Amino acid sequence: MIRLIAMKELRLLFASPLAWVVLAFLQLIFAWVFLSQLQTYLEVQQQIALQPGAPGVTEVVVAPLFATATIVLLMVVPLLSMRLVAEERRAQTLPFLMSSPVSITQIVLGKYLALMLVLVLAIGLILLMALSLYAAGRLDLGLLAANALGLLLMAGSFAAVGLYLSCLTAQPLLAAVGTFAVLLGLWLINISTRDPQSLLHLLSLLRHFENFSKGIIAIPDLAYYLVLIALFLLLSIRRLDGDRLRA
Amino acid sequence: MLETSSTDGASADSTLSAHGLSRAFGATRAVDGVELELRRGEVLGLLGPNGAGKTTTMQMLTGNLAPSSGSISICGIDLLERPAAAKARLGYLPEIPPLYKELRVDEYLRLAARLHRVPPARAMQALEQAKTRCGLEEMGRRLIGTLSKGYQQRVGIAQAIIHMPDVVILDEPTVGLDPNQIREIRTLIRELSDSHSVILSTHILPEVEAVCDRVQILHRGRIVYNDRIEGLRQFRGAPALLLNFRHAPALDELAGIPGVGQVQRTPDGMFRVERDATLDPTDMLVQTAVTRGWGLTHLAPERATLEDVFVQLTQQDAALGVEAAAA
Repeated sequence: MIRLIAMKELRLLFASPLAWVVLAFLQLIFAWVFLSQLQTYLEVQQQIALQPGAPGVTEVVVAPLFATATIVLLMVVPLLSMRLVAEERRAQTLPFLMSSPVSITQIVLGKYLALMLVLVLAIGLILLMALSLYAAGRLDLGLLAANALGLLLMAGSFAAVGLYLSCLTAQPLLAAVGTFAVLLGLWLINISTRDPQSLLHLLSLLRHFENFSKGIIAIPDLAYYLVLIALFLLLSIRRLDGDRLRA
Repeated sequence: MLETSSTDGASADSTLSAHGLSRAFGATRAVDGVELELRRGEVLGLLGPNGAGKTTTMQMLTGNLAPSSGSISICGIDLLERPAAAKARLGYLPEIPPLYKELRVDEYLRLAARLHRVPPARAMQALEQAKTRCGLEEMGRRLIGTLSKGYQQRVGIAQAIIHMPDVVILDEPTVGLDPNQIREIRTLIRELSDSHSVILSTHILPEVEAVCDRVQILHRGRIVYNDRIEGLRQFRGAPALLLNFRHAPALDELAGIPGVGQVQRTPDGMFRVERDATLDPTDMLVQTAVTRGWGLTHLAPERATLEDVFVQLTQQDAALGVEAAAA
């Protein structure tokens, strides 16, 4: 059932030009960043090659690519997630799902899965670009894997927040703007905090990505993203169930 | 399909039953203690003026809205305790057909079938069957958004019946259709009753008379009337006649004709003639009009509207209330 809902969402997503344009735009930006980082590396390669402990191609090219990807996805995911539920509300199609023998949890998970498949596709393309370096030299696969995992979790958090905000309104655009605002808020929440012990650091989306970026996979970071995703999925389920109870 | 006489109250052939169904929105009670019982092969008309609680009731019956109190069971399965199993036996067309405009008719109906647990092997057959029944054979490849309102309504009905549910619930299925389409949909609903039980909401009385076996009238969230369709006809009594003449006679002249009861002028200048229960004055009226040269231009039975029946019902209700209070 979750798979059916996900397939329906994907079909609707790709029925509009938006998803195609967004994916093409993402690919363009990533390729551009990738190539410019690669050029930088080629320029400095001669000078740093002799130094011990010099940064390799993975540090110079791949890590900045994934860091850029997080910011680009922050801007793009709200556009992909905005229609998930808000459009169903606007077009009054929600009763189609609600009166079929599918639970609200299945509806929410199906919609989330569809969005994640699109994001996995985008992240997969980045990964392929990075792996193309393998043909020319040695690649730090551990660092690459950590970066990819971090980006996937980050995108998963964006998608969960986007899905929840889409549940709140009948206007897709409002959902997109709201999602963007919330994500940016979580991204920058610790920006003016000087105290390194501050709890605000714990909430920051960006802060938890830093370890992944360095190739460290730590339980607290993993837990942060997983809890965030679970929280917003639960909120979405509760919100849709609330429709039935409150209306 | 099993067709049993619907006069006996055996619960074996009951497909849907709701008891003490209530729903409050804040302080207002939109639906208050509604009882519904639907038997296999029966078409139940749910009537009421706008805002009477028809849509709210249907939303509760289909699990789109949780009732404040009361119970609903579909083929003996409790909708609130086992929603998935109960909903699999239910087909619902809301007031606004829930159509994904970007999908093709076939894609959409296949999705409806699969979501309602039609096994993949049977989905193709179910799709063809639903399309044939709703006259959509030629439309399979079309995008739903490009179809006319009438065809969209048919797609809406098709998604409600594709999984051969025991109960089909249709909320105002003929609103916004042209007269031909309305007739086709009515025929379709009659056909549906061969194999499904149907609940139909409307505020058009002739529609109920055309397709329903039984009528329940809702007023301010309560059921104020529940009877078979023949009962409704009796309730309305013999209809009055509406007449118009080029040279209007005096009221007394009309009232003198045998079989004529009370005569009134309507606001638009017509004569409203009530008739005796025993004697039909129509022939006599025509003859007299010809011999006296009144120039008859209009003669038709008055069409009782839902409003009339409704006013009658609620007033009778009030009268009963007074009697009860006096006793």
